[in-house]
Amino acid sequence: MNVIEATGRWVRFRIEEAGRAGQFLEEAALAAGSLRAWLPNATQQMRRLGVDSLPIGLLIAVFTGIVLALLASYSFTGAVPLYFVGTLVEKTITLELAPVLTGLALAGRVGANIAAELGTMRVTEQVDALETLSYDPEAFLVVPRVVAGTIMFPLIVGVAMIVGLGAGWLASLGFLQLSSDEFLKGARLFFGAFDIEYGLVKAASFGFAVTLIGCYKGLRARGGAEGVGNAATQAVVYSAVMILVLDAFWAMTWLHGRT
Amino acid sequence: MIKWIDVYKAFGEKKVLDGFTLDVREGEAVAIIGYSGSGKSVALKHVVGLLQPDRGTIEVDDKDVPTLPRRELYELRAHIGYVFQFAALFDSMTIGDNVAMGLRKRGELSEPDIAHRVTEALELVDLPDVQDQYPAELSGGMRKRVGIARAVALRPKYILYDEPTTGLDPVTSAVIDELMIRMRDKLGVTSVVITHDMRSAYRVASRIAMLYEGRVRQVGTVEEIQHTKDPIVRQFIEGRATLDGGDAASPGTSPATAAGGATARGGGRA
Repeated sequence: MNVIEATGRWVRFRIEEAGRAGQFLEEAALAAGSLRAWLPNATQQMRRLGVDSLPIGLLIAVFTGIVLALLASYSFTGAVPLYFVGTLVEKTITLELAPVLTGLALAGRVGANIAAELGTMRVTEQVDALETLSYDPEAFLVVPRVVAGTIMFPLIVGVAMIVGLGAGWLASLGFLQLSSDEFLKGARLFFGAFDIEYGLVKAASFGFAVTLIGCYKGLRARGGAEGVGNAATQAVVYSAVMILVLDAFWAMTWLHGRT
Repeated sequence: MIKWIDVYKAFGEKKVLDGFTLDVREGEAVAIIGYSGSGKSVALKHVVGLLQPDRGTIEVDDKDVPTLPRRELYELRAHIGYVFQFAALFDSMTIGDNVAMGLRKRGELSEPDIAHRVTEALELVDLPDVQDQYPAELSGGMRKRVGIARAVALRPKYILYDEPTTGLDPVTSAVIDELMIRMRDKLGVTSVVITHDMRSAYRVASRIAMLYEGRVRQVGTVEEIQHTKDPIVRQFIEGRATLDGGDAASPGTSPATAAGGATARGGGRA
């Protein structure tokens, strides 16, 4: 096979893949209209994908909060008043680290979980069985997970913001001899509701992307255990990349230019 | 009536169906036999629209399956029970919920009526006490019987069985055969059975079709198939390694390959 042929095959595969992804998106969007088909499963998925993911989200928030407080103190080195530690912790946690770090952790947990589960269902013909029983796999399997992810990611990130801020506060009290009043003064200094709004919207977009990619990769799995493993790996990698792309997208389109 | 009309299907470079044509009439049980990987399951999946043909079409009750809109396809599927090779039960649900799935989707029955229908279907396959168990707790044979119960619970007009006895011991295979005969005789269901278990095909089927190189090599009654002169069909039904009944083909040569050399001699009889 020469280089031109190989390139042609690669390009054709990518175009076909984009077409399949587009068709999948369209089918999922149409399936979202049949509320009765997906609503009963959505609450169950919210528990599985959301509530069960809370511990990992909180763990990350605690350590991020502590590290941020100490990092801020180290960076200021006496040149900046120490109460700005509160400012830095609040801004960084709400705008960036709570959504992105939690999103990346959930991309691993939720994305792999969905891809492995749906992939197993695909290779063991359970998805075909659903179809023969007149269930629409998009409405029954995809929409509940995407809805659950889009709703639960911001909730987990919201709690992670509070816990991260709390951890930063306690670390400031314990390690930096900063008083509560000083930390809160710093935290309030440049605080705006936008910070939270921005972080939560970002988290919702991450939840949407991670669950959608997990479903797509899972339902496209082929060929037994190896296929399921590949689907789970690809779901995690693509989800992580998509989180970073979306992060940059929101920064460029929404954050940039705001005063 | 189910009709495959000149169906072509390829996966990449590999041609699987190459002008496959077959009719299944009301009330009969047709067994489709053929080598592993010859496209039997692919042919079956076209009937319920799980696969789309590259060319040709499939008709069920005069409805053109590949062109049916999604809603009408779902309506058609409500009349077709599909028994998967490995049962394809939903792991996360109890056996009772598995069997009730299709009934709940239809929405025609109340929950007590669904429970009654589920009990009835499981009794029909001689598994009255497994409703609260999960698929992982059952043996392979029991799972296949649950798969049949799930199909039967819908009281379908057609049941499609994909290798229902593969991987089972002879006694369990006989039990599954009895079940299929019971479905046909008691419920009057039209059946298509994919198998390479000839003993099962002879017991269950009223007609047998052999799928070979993507098309029907021969179709006929059980007796016609048993007395066929076609060397390819003979080799298959007698389970011989070579066409002439001599020693096995040279190492690395599959039975299909060994048989392939005689295709031109045997000719098509579809």
